[in-house]
Amino acid sequence: MPVQYYIFLSIALFCIGVMGVLMRRNAIIIFMCIELMLNAVNLLLVAFSKMWADAGRVDAAAAQIFVFFIMVVAAAEVAVGLAIIVMVYRNTHSVDINILNRLKN
Amino acid sequence: MINLVWLVPFLPLLGFLINGLGRRYLSKSQVSITGSGVILAAFAVSVLIFLDVRQPGFQAQEVPLFDFISAGTLQIPFAFRVDQLSALFLLIITGVGSLIHIYSATYMHDESKEGFARYFAYLNLFVFSMLILVLGANYVMMFIGWEGVGLCSYLLIGFWFKNTAFNNAAKKAFIMNRIGDLGFLLGIFFMIMQFGSVSFPEVFEKAAALGLNNGTVAAIALLLFVGAMGKSAQIPLYTWLPDAMAGPTPVSALIHAATMVTAGIYMVARSNVLYTLVPHIQSVVAIIGLATALLAASIALKQNDIKKVLAYSTVSQLGYMFLALGVGAYTAAVFHVMTHAFFKALLFLGSGSVIHAMGGEQDIRKMGGLKKYLPTTHWTFLVGCLAISGIPGLSGFFSKDEILAHTFAHSKVLYVLGLLGALMTAFYMFRLYYITFCGKFRGTHEQEHHLHESSAAMTLPLVILAILSIVGGYIGLPEVLGAPHWLAAYLSPVFAPSAPFAEAHHLQHSTEWMLMGLSTVLVIVFILLARRQYVRYEDSGRENTGLAKVLENKWYVDELYDAVIVKPLGMLSRFFQDALEKGGIDRLVNGIGRGVQWGSQQARRVQSGQVGFYIFAMVIGIIVLFVIGLLL
Amino acid sequence: MLTVLLILIPLVTGLLTFGGKGSGPKVLGLVSSLASLAVVAGALFQFQSAPEGLQVTAAWIPQLGSTFSVGLDGMGLMLCLLTAIAFLLVFITIYNRDYERPGSFYGLMLLSQAGLVGVFTAYDALLFYVFWELALIPVYFLCSMWGGEKRVPVTFKFFIYTFTGSLLMLVGIIYLYLQSPDRSFSYASFTNLNLPAQEQSWLFWLLFVAFAIKMPIFPFHTWQPDTYEQSPTPVTMILSGVMVKMGLFGVLRWLLPVLPQGAFMWADVAIVLSVIGIVYASCIAMVQQDFKRLIAYSSIAHIGLMSAAIFANNEQSLQGIQVQMFNHGINIIGLWIVVEIIQQRLKVKNMEELGGIAQYAPRMAIFLVIIALANIALPLTNGFVGEFLMFSGLFQYNIWVMAVAGLGIILAAVYTLNMLQKVIFGESNSLTATTTDLQNTELVALSLIVIVILVLGVYPRPMLELVSSTTELVNSVF
Repeated sequence: MPVQYYIFLSIALFCIGVMGVLMRRNAIIIFMCIELMLNAVNLLLVAFSKMWADAGRVDAAAAQIFVFFIMVVAAAEVAVGLAIIVMVYRNTHSVDINILNRLKN
Repeated sequence: MINLVWLVPFLPLLGFLINGLGRRYLSKSQVSITGSGVILAAFAVSVLIFLDVRQPGFQAQEVPLFDFISAGTLQIPFAFRVDQLSALFLLIITGVGSLIHIYSATYMHDESKEGFARYFAYLNLFVFSMLILVLGANYVMMFIGWEGVGLCSYLLIGFWFKNTAFNNAAKKAFIMNRIGDLGFLLGIFFMIMQFGSVSFPEVFEKAAALGLNNGTVAAIALLLFVGAMGKSAQIPLYTWLPDAMAGPTPVSALIHAATMVTAGIYMVARSNVLYTLVPHIQSVVAIIGLATALLAASIALKQNDIKKVLAYSTVSQLGYMFLALGVGAYTAAVFHVMTHAFFKALLFLGSGSVIHAMGGEQDIRKMGGLKKYLPTTHWTFLVGCLAISGIPGLSGFFSKDEILAHTFAHSKVLYVLGLLGALMTAFYMFRLYYITFCGKFRGTHEQEHHLHESSAAMTLPLVILAILSIVGGYIGLPEVLGAPHWLAAYLSPVFAPSAPFAEAHHLQHSTEWMLMGLSTVLVIVFILLARRQYVRYEDSGRENTGLAKVLENKWYVDELYDAVIVKPLGMLSRFFQDALEKGGIDRLVNGIGRGVQWGSQQARRVQSGQVGFYIFAMVIGIIVLFVIGLLL
Repeated sequence: MLTVLLILIPLVTGLLTFGGKGSGPKVLGLVSSLASLAVVAGALFQFQSAPEGLQVTAAWIPQLGSTFSVGLDGMGLMLCLLTAIAFLLVFITIYNRDYERPGSFYGLMLLSQAGLVGVFTAYDALLFYVFWELALIPVYFLCSMWGGEKRVPVTFKFFIYTFTGSLLMLVGIIYLYLQSPDRSFSYASFTNLNLPAQEQSWLFWLLFVAFAIKMPIFPFHTWQPDTYEQSPTPVTMILSGVMVKMGLFGVLRWLLPVLPQGAFMWADVAIVLSVIGIVYASCIAMVQQDFKRLIAYSSIAHIGLMSAAIFANNEQSLQGIQVQMFNHGINIIGLWIVVEIIQQRLKVKNMEELGGIAQYAPRMAIFLVIIALANIALPLTNGFVGEFLMFSGLFQYNIWVMAVAGLGIILAAVYTLNMLQKVIFGESNSLTATTTDLQNTELVALSLIVIVILVLGVYPRPMLELVSSTTELVNSVF
C-alpha cells in the first residue's frame, strides 16, 4: 500500500483531533481528542518507518522508538490529566471547560 | 598723569562699594561726603589729565589694564583710551556730576537713611559706568559702559520702587535701550567679522581702507546709530525719556539731560570716520535728528508737567546734536553736548528747586509768580532759558548757531526746518518760564505758606551752572568774530582721520552774519510772543482741542506703540503658551502616551481567558507558519 | 587618580548616607561636596602642570572591548568644577531644611553627582552611557518622592522622555561600536571611524535627539517646565544648573567629533530649531505667572542659544558656549535659591501674589537683582562674556539667524524685569509683609554666587583659557 494512504489517514485523524479540542467543551472528550492527535502522529511514524525499511534503510526502525516515547508520554499524561479532571469534577460537578476560566483577569 | 586714568572710574566705583555695602552703618552726612567726595576727586584727576591732553601735539594714549576677552584670534583688552574727546567728556561728566551730587545731598535729604545711601550708591555707579563708556579703548568697552549706564538709569528711574508707574517707566527705559543695544551689538559683530578687531584705531584704519560708500561700513554705521537712537532717545526709540522723569530730579539732570543721553552723540563723534565714509547714512542721521528735534519741540509746546517740558526739550536738543553729526559738524555736536550739559542741568536742577519748594507739585498750571519767592532759582532758571533759546552772548547761542550754520551750508531745507525747531524751543521755554515764575500764584494756601528758597547747598550748584551757561560758549567762538575757535583746534586730532573724506563747505562771512542776525531776531520775536500769551497766565481749565490736544497727548505715539508692538506681542505670546505649547506640542506628547495606553487596552481584550480561543489562535498560528514555510 | 577620586567621593558617601537619620546625612553631604571641590581644585592645578596625569584607564569589560577610561580636559574640568560648586551650594542652601527620609534624599543626590562627574569624565562610550543613566535614575526617585502635588505623572513624563532619548543614544552607540574595526567603545576609536556621510546623517539624529531632549531644545522641551515646577527645588537646581549641560556636553564630546559630517549636514536644522526655541520660549516666559515656570522657560531660551552656538561651530561660539555652560549653571542656581527661599517663607510661587519684598528683605532683593541681571547678560557679569562670544560666533555663521536670536536679548530683558517688578518691587501685601531676610546659610550661598558672577564677569580670562584647548579640538574636526 502506498504511504500516501497512511498520510491522508493520519492527517484526517489529526484534524479530527484538532477540531475536537477546539469545539468540544467536555474536558474528557478534549482529552480523548488529544490522544487521537498523538495517535495520528504515531500512525504516521510507523508508516514512514515501514516505508524506509522497505527501501532498505537499516536505521528505519528508529522511528518506532519515537512511537514508544509518545505512548509513554501519553500514558503519563492520562495519569495526570484524568486525575485533574476528576478533581475538577469533584469541585464543580461538571467537566465543562468553560466554567474553568477563573484565572482570567 | 595719563597712566593714572584708571583712578577716574575707580573712585566712583569705590564710592559705590562704600555706600552700597555700608548703607546700614553710615550716617547720611557720611554717605553724602563719600558720594560727592569721590566724584570731586575724580573731577580733580580729570582736570589734571585734561591739562596734559590740551598740550599741543598730544598723542592719544591707550592704557591697558588686563585682557578681557580672548577667543582664538579675537583679543579684546580692558583698556582705556585718553584723547582730546574722552578728556573733554571726563570733565563734563565729573564736573556736572559733582555739582549734581552736592545738590542731591540736600534734595534727597528726606529719604530714609538706607534709601539715601542707596541713591548715592546708584549715582556713583552711574558715574563709573559713564566714565567706562567714554574712556573705553574699544567698542566692547564702550558697550560695557553703555549697558552699565542703562542699568543705573533703570535703577534710578525706579528708585521709589513701591510705585508701579515708576517701575513701568524704568522698565520701559531699559527695554527700549536694549532694542538699541541689539543694534549696537550687531554693529560690533559686523566689525569683528569684517575687521577682526573692535579697537578704535584699527577699525577706523581698516574701514578707511575700504573707501567711500562701502556696504559693510554703511551697515556698521547704521547699526551703531540704532544703538545711539536707543540711548540718545531719537525717533523711533525716544518715548522712554519723557517717562524717565519718574526718577528723582537730580537724576533727570545728570542722566537724562547732561550725560547718559549724550552717549549716542559721543559714539557717533567717536566713530566719525565710519560715518564720513558713508554719506547716505550720514544723511539718515541728520534727517532722524532733525525729525526728532521738531517732533519733540512740538510736543513740548503743550506739556504742563515742568519736567516733561524739559524732557521733550532734551529730546529735541539731542536731535540737534544728531543733525550736527549728520551734516558732518562733529565739533559743533560736541560743543552743543557741552553747553547743553550746562544749561539743561541748570534747568533741571532749577525745576528740582521749584518742585522742592512746591512740596512735590510738578504741574506748572498750579504754580505761577514764583520769582519773588525763589529769587536765586528764578534768575538762574532765566539764564538757562535764555541760553537754550540762543540769545547772543550765552553759551547756547554759539553752539546752536554753529550747528545751524553748518546745516545751511549742507542743505537749505534742513536749515529752515532746524530754524523752525529753534524758534519752537524759544517759545516753549519761555512759555514754561512765564507760567512758572510770572503772574500770580495759583497753588493752595498751604503751598504758598511753605514756599521758600532752597538752601545754599542747592543754590550753589545752580549759580555755578548759570555762570557756566553764560561763559561756556566762549571756548567755541565762531570764526566770523575773528576769535580762534579754541574747541575746534582742540578736537581736531580726533576728527582728523575723517577729514580727507568729508566734503568741505565754506560759508561767506556775510552769509554767516546774516544767519546769526536772522535767528536772533526771530528768537526774540518768539520770546515776546510767548510773553504776550503767557505772562499773565490763568488756568482756564478748558480741554484742549484739535492739534493742541494731539500735541498734549504726544502725537499718540505711546498708544501707537502699544497697539502695534506691545499688544500683538502679548497676543503672540499667549498664543504660543495656550495654543502651541499646551494645545500643540504638549498635547502631541501626551497624546502619544495616551495612544499607547489606549492600544494596550485594546490588546488586553485578546487575553480573554478562554482556553479554546487560545488553542484556536495557536492552531491558526501554526497554519500561518506552515503556509509561510511552504511559500518561501 | 584625582579623576577617579572625583567619581568615588560622591559614590561612596552617597551609598553610606542611605539609611542615615537626623543630621548625619546633611553633614556627610556637605563634607562630601567640600571634598569634591577640593579635589577639583587639585585637578585644576594638575591640569596646569601635567594634564596627562588626569587620564586613567583600567580594565572593565574586556569581553566587550569596553574599558574604564576616564579623564579630564578643559571642558570636563570646568563642568566638574560646576558640579562640585553646584552641589556645595545646594547643600549649603538646604542645610536648615529638614526633608523626610534624609538618608535617602542625600544619598540619591550624591549618587546623581557621581553620575554627573562620570558623564563629564568618561572617555568610553559604554561607560558614558552607564554614567548617563546613573545620573538620571536618582533624579526620577527624588522627583517622584519629594516633589510637588503632581509629581507622579510629571516624573513619569520626564522618565519616558529622557529614557526614550537614552535608548536612541544606546542604539547609536552600539551601531558605532559594531562599525569600529577593533570592536571597542573607546573615544579614540569612535572618533577615528570616518563613517560614510549617509550613515552619519541618520546616526546624527539618534544621538542628537537624546542630547536635545536632555538640553532641552524646541520641540523636545515640554518635560522641562513641568519637571522644574514639580521637583523639589534642590533637585531643580541640579537639573537646570548641571544636568542640562550633559546634553550640551554630549554634543560637544560625543557628537561633533564622532559624526562631523552628520553634524555639518544637519547644523542648519539644529540651529533653526534652537533659534525658534529662543524666541518661542522667551515669548512664553513673558506671560508666565508662575515664578518657577518663568525661570524654566528662560532656561530653555538660554539653552537654545547655547545649542545654536555649538552648531555654528567657530572659535568664538565654541569658547562662548563652554564658558556659558558654567556661568548659566551658576546663575540659574542662584535664581532657584531665591525661589526656594521665597517659597519656603511664603508658600506661593504665583508672582501675582508677591510684590514689595524689597522693603522687608532688602538683601535678598539685591541678590535677586544681581543674579537676574547676570541672567540677562549685562556686561561685567559672568553672563556677558559667553553670550557675547556666542552671538558673535552665530553672527559669523549667519547674520539673520543671529538677528532673530538677538531678539532673545530684548525679550529676556522684558520677562526678567517683569519678574523683578512683580516679585520684589511695588507695594507689599499682607503676605509679603511677613517676609524675613536671608538666614546665614542662604547668605553664604548667595554671596558665593554673586562673587563668582562678578569675578568671572570682570576677569573671564582664566575660564576662557581653561576651555581653549577643547575649542581647538572640536573646531579642528570640521
